[in-house]
Parts: sequence; C-alpha cells; structure tokens
Amino acid sequence: MKILVCIKQVPDSTRVDIDPETMTLKRGGVDSKINPFDLFAIETAVKLKEKHNAHVCSISMGPPQTEAAIRETYMLGVDEGILLSDRNFAGADVLATSYALSQGILSAGMPDLIICGRQTTDGDTGQVGPEIAEFLNIPHVAYVRNIVSSDEKGMVLEMDMPETVEVVRINFPFLMTVEKGIFQPRLPSFKRRLASKDRPVRRLTLADMPDSQPENYGLKGSPTQVIRIFPPTNPATHETWKDAPEVLADKIYNKLSELKFL
Amino acid sequence: MSNIRIKNLNDQNLDELIALCPFNAIEKDAQSGLAINAGCRMCRICLKRKPDVFYLAEAAPAPRINKQEWQGLAVYIEQQNGCIHPVSLELIGKAREMAAKTGQQVFCLLACEKSAGLPEQILAYGVDKVFVYERPELHHFRIEPFTAVFTDFIKRVKPSGVLVGGTSIGRSLAPRVAARFKTGLTADCTILDINASTDIDQIRPAYGGNIMAHIQTPNHRPQFATVRYKIFNAPEKTEPWGTVEFCQLDAAALKSAIEVLEVRPKEKVRSVEDAEVIVVAGKGIKKETDLKMIYELSDALGAMTAGTRPLIEQGWFDPRLQIGLSGRTVKPALIITCGVSGSVQFAAGMQGADHIIAINNDPDAAIFNLAHYAIVGDLYQVVPSLLEKIRKGGALV
Repeated sequence: MKILVCIKQVPDSTRVDIDPETMTLKRGGVDSKINPFDLFAIETAVKLKEKHNAHVCSISMGPPQTEAAIRETYMLGVDEGILLSDRNFAGADVLATSYALSQGILSAGMPDLIICGRQTTDGDTGQVGPEIAEFLNIPHVAYVRNIVSSDEKGMVLEMDMPETVEVVRINFPFLMTVEKGIFQPRLPSFKRRLASKDRPVRRLTLADMPDSQPENYGLKGSPTQVIRIFPPTNPATHETWKDAPEVLADKIYNKLSELKFL
Repeated sequence: MSNIRIKNLNDQNLDELIALCPFNAIEKDAQSGLAINAGCRMCRICLKRKPDVFYLAEAAPAPRINKQEWQGLAVYIEQQNGCIHPVSLELIGKAREMAAKTGQQVFCLLACEKSAGLPEQILAYGVDKVFVYERPELHHFRIEPFTAVFTDFIKRVKPSGVLVGGTSIGRSLAPRVAARFKTGLTADCTILDINASTDIDQIRPAYGGNIMAHIQTPNHRPQFATVRYKIFNAPEKTEPWGTVEFCQLDAAALKSAIEVLEVRPKEKVRSVEDAEVIVVAGKGIKKETDLKMIYELSDALGAMTAGTRPLIEQGWFDPRLQIGLSGRTVKPALIITCGVSGSVQFAAGMQGADHIIAINNDPDAAIFNLAHYAIVGDLYQVVPSLLEKIRKGGALV
C-alpha cells in the first residue's frame, strides 16, 4: 500500500502585523512549523503503515526552506518526501496550489491513499484536499474522525458531520481529510532523526510536471486575486444598561435576537 | 501576470541584496550570481529598495473571458431529510441583495431524493428560479453524484457567482466543483458585495482572524464563495414569483465509489471549550435550587452551563465546568455571566469570547470592565423576566 500525506509549512504564530504604510504583511523573523492539523494526517498515515506495512510519502509545496518541514515528517515515521519548489509555483491560491500538488502527485506516481489535514492555520480554507481529489479524478471523504476498519482493498470510515456520524465504505484510490483527534500525533523521534539524516528530499520543479505550462501555476494560474489586506476593525462595544428588570430583560432579548442567538 | 527579475548585478553586494527579501526568496545562483526562488510573494520590497537591480517583467495578459455569458447568482440549497439548512436562506438574502445591484436573477440548486414541498418553500424567499434534481442516488451526501449534479446545473445555467453554505457538506462540495471548472473559490467570506462588472468583492479573515483579505475573481466564472452559518440574514418571506424546473441527469453520471453504511446521531459529549454559547453562574446565585433558571436560560440558547470557582467548591458543578485560570479557558461566540463578580482569574479564562453579556447587581463589579453589555440589575428578576420573553417570543414564530 502506498500512502501520501500532504503537508504545509506555516508561520509558527498566527499573530501577524500589517505594515500600515505598505499594507503588506510583516513576516520578518517568524519561525515556521508544520501546520498543526497536518500532524494528525501524518499520524494517521504512520498508523496505517504499521498495520499494513505501507510506504508513506509526504509532499509539500513551498520555497526551498520548506525542506525542513519534510525532514520533520521523517522524524515522525514518513519514509520519503517530495518538495515542489519552483518560482513559477509561488503566489498560488487554492486552485493553483491544488493543481500543482496534483501534478506533483502524478509525477511521483499515484498512491492508493492520500491524506490531508482538515485545514491550515494560515489560510484557514480547508479546500485544498477536495480540489486535489478532483484534479486526480478520485473520490474524497472529508472530516474523517475514525477509521473503523481497513484492508488491502479499502476502508470503513466515520465522517464527523455537525449533527450525525456517517459511516462509509470506500475502495482505494481515494483522498481523505482527517479531523484532529483521529489519533494522538507522536513526538519527533531522535532515533529516526539520526536514521533519516542522509535521506534525500526529492525536489520537483515545473519541468518535472506532466503539465509544464507555467501559466497554470502560481500567481498566473490563480483565479482569485487578493486586492488588499487590512486589519479587522473591531469596534469594542461597551454599553452599560441600568433599568427596571423587565426593561433590561427586554433589551437583552432584543440584543440576543439581533446577534442571532435566539 | 508579472514577476520580478534581476537586470544588473555589477558591483552589487550580493549578501546585502539577499537580505532585502523578507521571504528569503533571493538566493545565490552559480550561473547568474543571484536568482529569485519560489519564496517570492511579490511584496516588491526589492523593487522599491533597489530599482537599479530588480525590475518587474509584465507577461502577456491572459485572454479575457466574456462575462456577458455568465449571468445571475446561484445559491446551493443544502437540505437534510426535507429540512432546508438556514444558511441557504441567508445566502438567498445576500444573493438577492447583490442581484438587485446588477439587475441579475437569483437561481437555486436543489439536489435531493424527494423534493416534495421544498421548491415552494424556496420560492417564498423571492428567488427567480429553482432547479431541482430528484434522484434516489441523492439520498445521502456522497461527493461524486452531488458534484455531477452541481456540474450539470452550472453548465445549464451559467451563473456569474455561486454561493454555498460553509457547512461540512458545502466545504467538501464547493471546492470540488470549483476545481472542475478551474475557477476561483473564496472560503468563509464574511462580507460580500458586487460591482457593475459582476465581479464579487469577497472579504474573509485569514491567519486566525488576525487579518482580513479582500479577494476578487476577475477573469474566471463562475465565482465560488462559501459563507458560514449566521453571517448574513435570511430575507423576509414574500409573494413568490419564481418558477421551478425539474432537471434530468443520466444515471451513469451519478455513480459513487462510496457506500453509506450507517448514519447515526452524534453522541452529545461536549466539553465546555467547544461550546458556542455558555451561561455562567457565579456567587450571586444564593442556593443550588436557584440554578434551575440558569439551566433554563442555557436550554433556551442551546448553551452549556458553567460555574465559577466558589460554586464548584460548593459541589454545585462538575470541576470540568469551571471557567477560569484554575479551570477551563473558553472562547465562545457568546458568554452570559449571571452573578459573577469577575475576578482576574475568572476573566483570564473567558475574555476571548466574541460577545460578553454580564448581569450583576453591583455596578462596580469587575466583570463590567470587560463586558460588552453590562447589565446592572438583580439576576433574580432579570433572568426570569428574560425567560418569559423568550417563551413568548418562541410562541410567536
């Protein structure tokens, strides 16, 4: 069985400041880490590897320093890593990111199972997984919170829906996005770190993609454009209400209705 | 689209140039001396600081799409067991608002096993046309048949924009369909507006809500956006004027590799950290039996009830329901404190709440310093009166 895990390197903190003059993000000196939600995807893959003797590969896209994130997956039990890095991939939105990753996956060879975390902590969209599945023409199951059973052919999964739990059976190949809490992620192992110190990270560039047209990648291949970014306006409400109890109750009732809690 | 290139490296200090880039996108290159790698975010700092070295290379513009061919705004109607998810109605409201500005129509897509009565319910919110796909394969949500239906709908209708609820289903379905049309999708928009060229202004939070991004999809159609529940308002019902069209689709297109074995209601073990709404009881509650009204208020709001440390120590609450530094830290959408004075330790555990309503009879209570709505009054009078209002209000709907 071949399992592929998609990961992203994100800033270590979600505290970001905006330069008020240029209206760009101030990101100098911010440390990076593996997107916390991806740790659950990695753990799920490694658990399946232990059960089925599977081969686990991690894939990411980003600037060259993203290699550190791939190396970290080796310390968690991943066997092989691929980094898509090319200037033409930069500035990608959801569509261009998903497309590049799907092309990278095609280039590396289709796995039986692709696992993604539920979302990233920087973009917060949670949409890349389903788009990759679409580009690879395989089904996907989102919000997986439990693996009921797995065999050589496929899996029985529990999907975490708002009101219900749906149990589905699906055959390989497919993509799933996992919830946090599906497994407790393990800590990086020093032993594995030593063992993987000379293990290479495979670099793929535009030239390695089955579709090597630059206009389908990065900023050029992104249908959405960020017009501007700005700090959220947070008008700090502070009102004091002093009145007869019935009047106060009335005001609270109206406020709760207005805020849609009633 | 444009990108940054290097024109001239004569006598330049390469290390200084490399240090210019906050994203470490400028690196040494064996052949040309310096190269720009995948880290480039087009922040243009290098252009501003060293215009003699870096320049902007404009690429040939992509062919423009014909926006005239894409007309109207579409709303995906999410339903389960014949009940329409309220987020779909809220999206109808927003779609109508935007459509009115550009003189477009509002369409709805309904995919289900049996539509009985639903199209009429949708028309009552003032949409121009409901497209209904009724098939046994659409009984449970499975990604392939629903994507197939959505695809057929878009090819048939060619809407300019498509709004989908940011629910578990919507967040799985919308990206799939957007990718099929190789178009843009903006997730979890909190503000939507439209301009004369039918481009939708999509504004959404990023970085955990620390910044807002204003996004457009200027040269692709349809424009996909997802919006979470309770962001917009459902419109008032009106005298319906729209029509219903039943659409057919080949059974072959509705095949799925997914077999739904079981759908069961979720067990209701919730931790207070996960609660959207919390009602907190404090020392102002005189005896344990008085908690009844607090629980009633929680029930009316679908909230969880929690307590402050003194009440936990009295044994009135499970310790897991203690809010504060020595208990749990919560960040709900709404917290209502009843008779809580607001010690520093308590405040540390709840000040991240989006809305804080505090009820206390002491006008100098510390809790009022962080409350958005400080209610100075006796909770023994205010809470029962509020419950009465909620009961009456509920009966009127």
